[in-house]
Amino acid sequence: MTDRVGSVLSARRLRKEYGAGAALVQAIKGVDLDVAAGETVAVMGPSGCGKSTLLHLLGGLERPSAGELRLDNARLDQLGEHSLARLRRTSIGFVFQAFHLVEELTAAENVELPALIAGHSPRAARVRSEELLEHVGLRDRAHHLPSALSGGERQRVAIARALSNQPEVVLADEPTGNLDSAATLEVLRLLDELRAGGQTLVIVTHDERVAATADRLVSMRDGVFVEETRLSHGSAGRIGELAGFEG
Amino acid sequence: MGRAFLVGRLAAADVRRHPVEAALLLLAITAATATLALGLVLRGVTNDPYQRTRAATAGPDAVAGLVNAPTPQKMPGPGGVGPGHQTLYCDDCQPSKDRTAAFDALTHAAGVVAHSGPYPVAWATMSRGPKTSGVAVEGHDQARAPVDQPLITKGHWISGSDDAVVEAGYAQALGIHVGDQISLNGGHFTVVGLAVTAAAPDYPSMQNVLGWSPFPEPGLVWVPRVAAIRLATKAFPLSYLLNLKLSHSLPHTFPPSVRGIIELSGGRLWHVSCPCSIITSDQILQQDAQLIAVERRALTIGSWLLGLLAVASVAVLVGGRMAEQERRVGLLKAVGATPGFVAVVILIENLVLALGAAAAGVVIGWLAAPLLTQPGAGLLGSAGAPSITPTNVLLIVALALGVATLATLVPAMRAARLSTVRALADAARSPRRSPLLINLSTRLPTPLLLGVRLAARRPHRAILAAFSIAVTVTTVVAVITVHSHQVSMTIAGFSAIDNPRTDRINHSLLLVSSTLLMLVVINALFITWSSAIDAKQPLTVARALGATPRQITASLSAAQVISALPGTIVGIPAGIALVAALSHGDAVPVPTAWLVAVFLGTLLGVAALSSLPASLSAHRPVAEILQAEVV
Repeated sequence: MTDRVGSVLSARRLRKEYGAGAALVQAIKGVDLDVAAGETVAVMGPSGCGKSTLLHLLGGLERPSAGELRLDNARLDQLGEHSLARLRRTSIGFVFQAFHLVEELTAAENVELPALIAGHSPRAARVRSEELLEHVGLRDRAHHLPSALSGGERQRVAIARALSNQPEVVLADEPTGNLDSAATLEVLRLLDELRAGGQTLVIVTHDERVAATADRLVSMRDGVFVEETRLSHGSAGRIGELAGFEG
Repeated sequence: MGRAFLVGRLAAADVRRHPVEAALLLLAITAATATLALGLVLRGVTNDPYQRTRAATAGPDAVAGLVNAPTPQKMPGPGGVGPGHQTLYCDDCQPSKDRTAAFDALTHAAGVVAHSGPYPVAWATMSRGPKTSGVAVEGHDQARAPVDQPLITKGHWISGSDDAVVEAGYAQALGIHVGDQISLNGGHFTVVGLAVTAAAPDYPSMQNVLGWSPFPEPGLVWVPRVAAIRLATKAFPLSYLLNLKLSHSLPHTFPPSVRGIIELSGGRLWHVSCPCSIITSDQILQQDAQLIAVERRALTIGSWLLGLLAVASVAVLVGGRMAEQERRVGLLKAVGATPGFVAVVILIENLVLALGAAAAGVVIGWLAAPLLTQPGAGLLGSAGAPSITPTNVLLIVALALGVATLATLVPAMRAARLSTVRALADAARSPRRSPLLINLSTRLPTPLLLGVRLAARRPHRAILAAFSIAVTVTTVVAVITVHSHQVSMTIAGFSAIDNPRTDRINHSLLLVSSTLLMLVVINALFITWSSAIDAKQPLTVARALGATPRQITASLSAAQVISALPGTIVGIPAGIALVAALSHGDAVPVPTAWLVAVFLGTLLGVAALSSLPASLSAHRPVAEILQAEVV
């Protein structure tokens, strides 16, 4: 795995267990991972292999049972609930398979939410929201409720929301898992733009076409990393080609 | 038959699946029905003790009073008496044989078979230790009177010149015992006995026997006749009482055409040949019943307030469960159930529970009634078992069914109209969007930002929460208004002493308000928990975006406080208006500081109560919830 030096995010002997005794489930069994600044890492594996749990650990949504976890040299595994929440506000952006947009808020209001929680002024939050929606190509859909958006549009709103506070790292959990082919392509293009723009990304997926967008692919099985592959790829056209959605 | 069986089976299964909700519903309605039952069974409970006392004391059928008030005012003659003239005044204020001779017209009237008196009544300030109070001191004979011989319950009747016998109800209020020394207008007397009488209403209504008193709510003390005459002063000259026994063939109220009695406004009587007021034993009984009546009134009003609160509680419970029941509705419709059948299934479960609550209310009311039906120390014996009449049962059942129907009808009709496909899809009910509040909330700190949005997304629930707080605050303000009135009634120069009427009102108000508070606590906890469950997704997203559990807890509490705010604002004037309406429009001032305390206390109470379920919800694992939401 990559050296810790220069890593934005790193994990050492990371373990996560649920239950006890005969009901003990080992979801993550001692994983080491380093993610460099600006790098896109895809974690791939079959359902139930522990990839979503790993992502939740990396984002501080769950506490590891053992091991060491650092984000910008801050020990996530030693932080309390309150500090983890503050870290999520400023340094981590999440993209979920189920989008998790707030139903009664418009696209723009959803994107503003992290900035408002972080204490930015309503005006600053609105400006940032407009920029991000422009960036994801949804400026004209800013005042639509999630229920009025397509799946791809919802996920693009979710990506814009994840970028609201300019996080160190964006963690995406099966970002195309609920999307059709056309919507998947939209999201893949957007992720590739982020990668090209130097955004650090960790994407969990079981879809090879999504994994192909990454700089590095880590394969996971039964809670452990079994293989790591460094990928080289080109333009968005390459992504489309890989994904098999174009021409 | 098959349908009825199916409805019963579905209702029973739902109760088994949701025992906590069923128990809460039962509790909410039972609180209202039990209080109503208590209020209803108190009707007429003083009848037996009064009749028992009357028999034991050779109680009079009527008592005539001749008042010598200090105000030098021309006494109205019989011809000048008209409605509204209830207080009689002398023109010389001196005790004299001539004045009591006016009673002769009554003692010789047809149908009067016996009498006792006239007895002189002096007004005196009584002191015992640090306690002072105004009393009517009735001068009596040592010998047994043929009509109204007070029955000694402790000690013995007056024999010496400085002996005093104190009316038992008044003695209890002041804590007077046989052997105590008391001072009447500075003169020393020894309490040799405690007694009950049917010739005067029980303490604190004694002044009604004469229709006038220089003191509010005086007590009654018997002393030897000469001692009473000695206690008269220029300021408070002697009045007189005459007890009359009528022929058994005649009713206790005088037929005016036969006896020359004129009925004045307020039910008081006047004889054409006697410048005195007359009160019948029925009127004395009514005065005694007033003690219980205020208690009954407080309980009856309390039961309606509890009924209103129960409507809100049940509506929240039923509404909270409807989201879950939608799939069940879809299944029923898919197998051919009509909208009407679906509505009946939902209604019937709650109506059956309401019937259970009515039955529980009747039993609790019947069992608890003896605690409230003690007639007072001034009457003999107890009220006996309270009677549960068919009318009472019908009223209680109507209240229970009314509460359940009001709270369930709208959700049941909504479920009946629900599209089968939508119901089967189990789609979550869309939250309400309020652009104005969402926009305004962006200027607030995170807990309030989220709290305002939470309150706005379920306006019906917010209205129910506000309604239940409004009912509670109305009651609390009414209680403190009554208390404030009681405090202001303490007369300068007299110490505050126990007052059976005040005590009874306070007991009833305490019972109603504590039951109400218990219900509102349950309501607040349940509404917060329902809100937390309903807002699980947006709150979890907020946590994923960096909101701390403390901020989530505060936001859930803030949502409840925001809902409670309009309820508190409405409840305060409503409570004052309720008391004003019950006291026939008389303004009852309440210290502003008390109202401010109620306002702040309510909001702080709601915040504190809601923080418990809010905190539990805010600490649930984020990842688990987000994973569960994946479709």
